[in-house]
Amino acid sequence: MALIRDDQLVDDDSRLLADDEALPASGKVVVSLARWQKERDALLARKEPVGVRLKSDESPETIAADLERLTLVELEFPKFRDGRAYSNARILRERYGFQGELRAVGDVLMEQLHFMRRTGFNAFEISGPDPLGQYRTAQAEFSVWYQPTGDGRETAINLRHRLAGETRDR
Amino acid sequence: MYRYDEFDRKLVVERANQFARQVKRRLSGELNEDQFRPLRLMNGLYLQLHAYMLRVNVPYGTLSSKQLRCFAHIARRYDRGYGHFTTRQNIQYNWIKLEETPALLRELADVEVTGIQSSGNCVRNITSDQYAGSAKDELADPRKYCELLRQYSVLHPEFSYLPRKFKIAVTGSPTDRAAVAVHDIGLRMHRNKQGEIGFEVLVGGGLGRTPWIAHTIRDWIEPEHILSYVEAILRIYNLHGRRDNIHKARIKIIVNQMGIDKYRELVEAEWQRIKDSALKVPAEEIERIDRYFAPPAYAKLEDATALLDGQRKASREFDRWLKANTVGHKVPGYAIVNLTLKALGKPPGDIDADTMDRVADLADRYSFGEIRISHRQNLVFVDVRQDQLHELWQKLDALGLATPNLDAITDIICCPGLDYCALANARSIPVAMDIRKRFVDVDELADIGELKINISGCMNACGHHHVGHIGILGVDKRNEEFFQLTLGGSSDQNASLGDRLGPGLPQSEVPDAIAAIVERYKSVRNDGERFLDTYRRVGIEPFREAVYGKDSEKAVA
Repeated sequence: MALIRDDQLVDDDSRLLADDEALPASGKVVVSLARWQKERDALLARKEPVGVRLKSDESPETIAADLERLTLVELEFPKFRDGRAYSNARILRERYGFQGELRAVGDVLMEQLHFMRRTGFNAFEISGPDPLGQYRTAQAEFSVWYQPTGDGRETAINLRHRLAGETRDR
Repeated sequence: MYRYDEFDRKLVVERANQFARQVKRRLSGELNEDQFRPLRLMNGLYLQLHAYMLRVNVPYGTLSSKQLRCFAHIARRYDRGYGHFTTRQNIQYNWIKLEETPALLRELADVEVTGIQSSGNCVRNITSDQYAGSAKDELADPRKYCELLRQYSVLHPEFSYLPRKFKIAVTGSPTDRAAVAVHDIGLRMHRNKQGEIGFEVLVGGGLGRTPWIAHTIRDWIEPEHILSYVEAILRIYNLHGRRDNIHKARIKIIVNQMGIDKYRELVEAEWQRIKDSALKVPAEEIERIDRYFAPPAYAKLEDATALLDGQRKASREFDRWLKANTVGHKVPGYAIVNLTLKALGKPPGDIDADTMDRVADLADRYSFGEIRISHRQNLVFVDVRQDQLHELWQKLDALGLATPNLDAITDIICCPGLDYCALANARSIPVAMDIRKRFVDVDELADIGELKINISGCMNACGHHHVGHIGILGVDKRNEEFFQLTLGGSSDQNASLGDRLGPGLPQSEVPDAIAAIVERYKSVRNDGERFLDTYRRVGIEPFREAVYGKDSEKAVA
């Protein structure tokens, strides 16, 4: 399993803790929503970076009030056909303004990477050969975007009318 | 009609290249069939009983002659020389080779046509009124809004893995020819007191194994808010739609489980958050798209009533065809002409490559080079001069495209059925053919009048059987094909689901049953009353008795 974050292949510096696993003294950990809700104070008292992993049926609303304290949110794709995490990603970024790392985990295929980027993910756990090559291919496949999402890309509608305006002004 | 600009063109080419890469990955084994399946489906490629089937979008049913010629070429070069028009105003090819699809899609991209999202759990081809732009009763041309929605839905990053497929239809006329009430989202245009155009939004309609007529979720939405409102509906569906059971995954299920009021509450709350975002459509974009749908250069004409009267007197065939297959036009001196693909002995909706080419030629000559596809699987020329109708009729007749049966008992909607489809329980096409054989007398057709028969080969209801005036559903009973009849369905502005008539019938008995229903209708109808209206007045009992006899109580049990 490789981790790509902000377009780079990086070492995963976080540890996913099982719910019954003892809390390590130091280091970045990721916990389930259930554990976060139960041990929130203890996790924050460590003064170490902490992340939460949401299953696809767990709403971002549950952690909305805590987002400033979270370094990382992982959204799980239990099957690549389960598209709920795309909506959850947009809600985290666009409704709640989450600025930290948003990581796609689970059944993450090359074919979805572009859509994931578009909906606000900036980190991806990918398996298979040449993950960075796959990632770059997927990101380079499209240069036109119809829908405004939170990723800041200019939509075709905007481009059309901006370019037409510039031509008029010239 | 709409033409791609540089951005639209680029996206379609990029998508074709992406699919070529995906096919390569599949052929090399990097992707297994389970992983490849949703990818190919999202490009309209199905694996059927005998071969791959490719479904190509005809956005809101509008097609240029150049595109139709390309369809003919594709049929010859990559298929067996014919294509099949569907109830989603699309065309399907039944004999496609996987390794040839990248080249095929590039050829389609050259004429601005794609298979993007013609299948898969995503937003499908946006459908609309086949008479859009020319209909007499239209408030405004719905196609600019369809195009807006088409672009919005293409490769939507958030909504490409919905719980299930998602169909949107738009009508600009109070007479609903687009069946909006049986769509996941239906948009019905209205005009307010200030004379402005807006939409009533319907949600949760659909057919399949759990048919529902849509609920109105909002009475009025301004055109600039269409995209944000659709996005709110889709987001709530994406998050709350059921994913535990494929048969309960459509939006209609969650809307009805939750109740329309609760669903509305969630949508409205979401919409309030996003309505003034970048989704708000700039007026200049609506104007830009609208320019493509500017009316063609109509000649200044009077209605050619006297000329037509003379021609009708001279030829009974012409008279019959004119009455049956042409419709009034909003511009004086013009008419809308329907070319039904329902000739005797041909599968409904099928058309061969040579005929496609001839139709394209006729469209150039008589209808500003444009062809429409209707969800009833027919072709339409929407802008024909009345003084050229007779000439056009002769040419259509020579091609076998002047059967005077629009909306008649032989103008049957029919899915491909077990002759092609991997899902089907029964062969629907032979049933359609047999019924048509039964009603060959054109005067009898005219006497029976409007009677829409819809046939599906399984409960997935691709043939819209629930909303046929007479619906026919193929079922499998211990490896034998049976057909269940329903009566009283309709997909228009007074949409209703058909009522089950009785136990299923073997294929051989279906034409007799239809004939018995027609005879009973003739004997109980009032003057000028359509079958559907008679049915709504007298109820199912007289028809049940006509088909199953006096002892029909027992037959139903």
